[in-house]
Amino acid sequence: MPNNIERPRRAQHIVAVGLLVAVFVLLARAVLYIPMHDTGVASSIQDNLQISGVLNPVTAVLLNFRGYDTLLEIAVLVLAIIGVLSLQREGMLASGRLAPFADPALSLLTRILVPMMILIAGYLLWAGEKAPGGAFQAGSILGAAGVLVTLSGHVRPGWLSPAIVKIIIAVGFVVFLVAAIIPMFFDKNLLEYPLHLAKPLIILIETWLTFSIGMILVTMFISSAAPITDDYVRGDAT
Amino acid sequence: MLDLIQPQLPAITLAVLLFAASAAFLVRFERARAIALVAAGVQVVLVSWITWIVVGQDRVWVYTIGGWGAPLGIDLTIDGVSAVMMLLTAVVGCVVTVYSAGYFPPKDSYRLFWSLWLFLWAALFALFASNDIFNLYVCLELLTISAVGLVAISGERAALFAGMRYILSALAGSLIYLFGVALVYASTGVLDFDLLATQVSIDPTTQAGLALMVIGLLLKTALFPMHFWLPPAHANAVAPVSAVLSALVVKGSFYIIFKLMHVFTGHEMIPGLAELMGILGVCAIIWGSVQAFTQKRLKMMVAYSTVAQIGYLFLLFPLVAAADDIQTAVLAASAGLFHAVSHGLAKGAMFLTAGTIVKAVGSDRLEDMAGLSRLAPIPAFTFAIAGVSMVGLPPSGGFVSKWLYVSSAIETGAWWWAGAVVVGGLLAALYIFKVIALFMGSGKEPLQVGVSNRVITIAPLVLALMSLVIGVFGQPILDLLYPAVESLTAGMMR
Amino acid sequence: MTQIEIYLLAGAAMFCIGLYGLVVRPHLLHKVMGLNVMAVAVFLVLVSVARRVPGPTPDALPHAMVLTGIVVSVAATAYSLALIKRIYTETGAVTLQETDDDA
Repeated sequence: MPNNIERPRRAQHIVAVGLLVAVFVLLARAVLYIPMHDTGVASSIQDNLQISGVLNPVTAVLLNFRGYDTLLEIAVLVLAIIGVLSLQREGMLASGRLAPFADPALSLLTRILVPMMILIAGYLLWAGEKAPGGAFQAGSILGAAGVLVTLSGHVRPGWLSPAIVKIIIAVGFVVFLVAAIIPMFFDKNLLEYPLHLAKPLIILIETWLTFSIGMILVTMFISSAAPITDDYVRGDAT
Repeated sequence: MLDLIQPQLPAITLAVLLFAASAAFLVRFERARAIALVAAGVQVVLVSWITWIVVGQDRVWVYTIGGWGAPLGIDLTIDGVSAVMMLLTAVVGCVVTVYSAGYFPPKDSYRLFWSLWLFLWAALFALFASNDIFNLYVCLELLTISAVGLVAISGERAALFAGMRYILSALAGSLIYLFGVALVYASTGVLDFDLLATQVSIDPTTQAGLALMVIGLLLKTALFPMHFWLPPAHANAVAPVSAVLSALVVKGSFYIIFKLMHVFTGHEMIPGLAELMGILGVCAIIWGSVQAFTQKRLKMMVAYSTVAQIGYLFLLFPLVAAADDIQTAVLAASAGLFHAVSHGLAKGAMFLTAGTIVKAVGSDRLEDMAGLSRLAPIPAFTFAIAGVSMVGLPPSGGFVSKWLYVSSAIETGAWWWAGAVVVGGLLAALYIFKVIALFMGSGKEPLQVGVSNRVITIAPLVLALMSLVIGVFGQPILDLLYPAVESLTAGMMR
Repeated sequence: MTQIEIYLLAGAAMFCIGLYGLVVRPHLLHKVMGLNVMAVAVFLVLVSVARRVPGPTPDALPHAMVLTGIVVSVAATAYSLALIKRIYTETGAVTLQETDDDA
């Protein structure tokens, strides 16, 4: 790393700190004037919880009442991984291997931890219906398991073909999108799940999202962690 | 069949874009290009249909997602203003897609361009349709990441640095906006624009919330002096991306500011906010024009011209606030929105044709382009027509919006804003005619012009001609805007 | 001063600290970290806002906004880091000071 980074000058520093203190005073005044009584939609959420298809109010907001936000949020995640991939040189995903750690402790730990992590991911997914949890939490654990098997050298980053990786990345979003438009064939609006279908649809969406989120996080890690060298691109950096 | 589709049009239009974007991610370059071309055609049809319904029924179209309705759910609302912005997006988007099909060599290194571009298009549609301030945050992030991804896609040094500067500014803008959303929700308990309009009261929390949202969005719209990230990003991106960023993306955050100022009756909530934005707009016009005049690179000049043209959009706010009657206020608001449309068409044409010129000449330096008009007459001609609209000469769209601005400024008695419009036009004439004179003249050494293809020559010309046509036949657009503008400006007057 | 107010003030302070990092620190990684601190600050404010509802169950809407915000923030951070990495491997630069925009 070059260490010729120009340090901010003292005068600039003082001006910046002064301005930020002023900003803080304004923000502090604003947050202290927040009315401390119920003005939110909390009661409305509680009233409609029974017909949302899930029992946890946060999951109900995320996947039913404001499912549209979540749909676009997953689009942001898919978009970010597309952006990350667009910054890689060609063939990055397919070739090479992260230098395997010749570390027996890491290897052993991975063998023990990864099955447990998969189990926990499954539990979080299942628990999301009535307690805090859900697809993103489960997907993050799955992603962490993926990072661990890659780091420990158990699996080469390119063991799945790029086509399959891309399909897993996109599948959660596409399933969500399909589930979102299904009600439109029954004279209902986007994401307007019928009462008896709300629960199965939400579980279907969450399950596929878990796989996609896990794969997106692993791919973000691999494509950014990998050293970008010509050796690597040729695939002989072992 | 049509009766079944029609009530679902907003959702279908968005779903088509999102499906196309996902599909384009999975396939190779040629397939992705075909998907984008089909999606672009479908968009023009669907958005025209939406516009036709909004005009025909003369109402605000409310689409309740999930059937919940605000405040529990999220509503999409489409009025005349959002319909016009959607139509602008569809038209410019369609031309840009065709242009891109001819611009990029069919190599897989640009494969992901199509997916990013379709996501950006979807983000713009979602943004213009959304009626919920938190949902708009998600739309803005979708817009930001796709826009930065497109800037950096060429992988060239300057584009990477420009993309970095862009993403840091844009994410900061999003987070400042989100803080504002948190404060507004804390004080009002709702996120929907229509409910906010009934709930807002003037208290320090709401004031700070509005201020933060507007500051975040001004950073994203690149209003002077928060424009520093724009010229490198717009100038160093590949041509189709530059066109989309300048013509459409900055209009997205401007549109949200416009809605916020209406809902919060911004000038009462924060006294002087409307005037401040107007003054910054004037500064942007002068600073952007002067910078554009001194640039040595064509695309950098066009990018600084965007900084200047963004300034005109913000003259809308002080003029509406100063208006005595609704007619004058509508005149001023129409001027600003019409400017958004005409600038979108003209700047889209200018950046696209700049890309064609740079490709033909093999350089972005202005001095290398002397004598272009003899060797590449159509691109030079396109640039001149788009320039006419930028300067605001009749019969262009730019002339109409400036005329409306000047009329409303004189009617409100705030004539100095009219002065800014006139001075801005003169300054634009200086930097535009400088380039046109260069094209008409001859260089030190004979100009070499590479082979060019017909698609990237004709597509920008189509947009440029449209920017002229809306000047002559601007009345339908103004009629389309009128009912929506009338109800929106009522909240923005003193 | 109530517990909620302390959290709200902490959120406001963290937002300013993040902004400081973003504006003043030249290193790109510091800037991205500054953005992350700003994001967490907003989430803290939102979670505090959720808690002011009387009764045992907090308002679920700000919680959902935070979860959505976290995912968006993860996505934006991942892309920014990939961009920093690409800039570093192409040019060796870790700040924006080493650019010359008009080149």
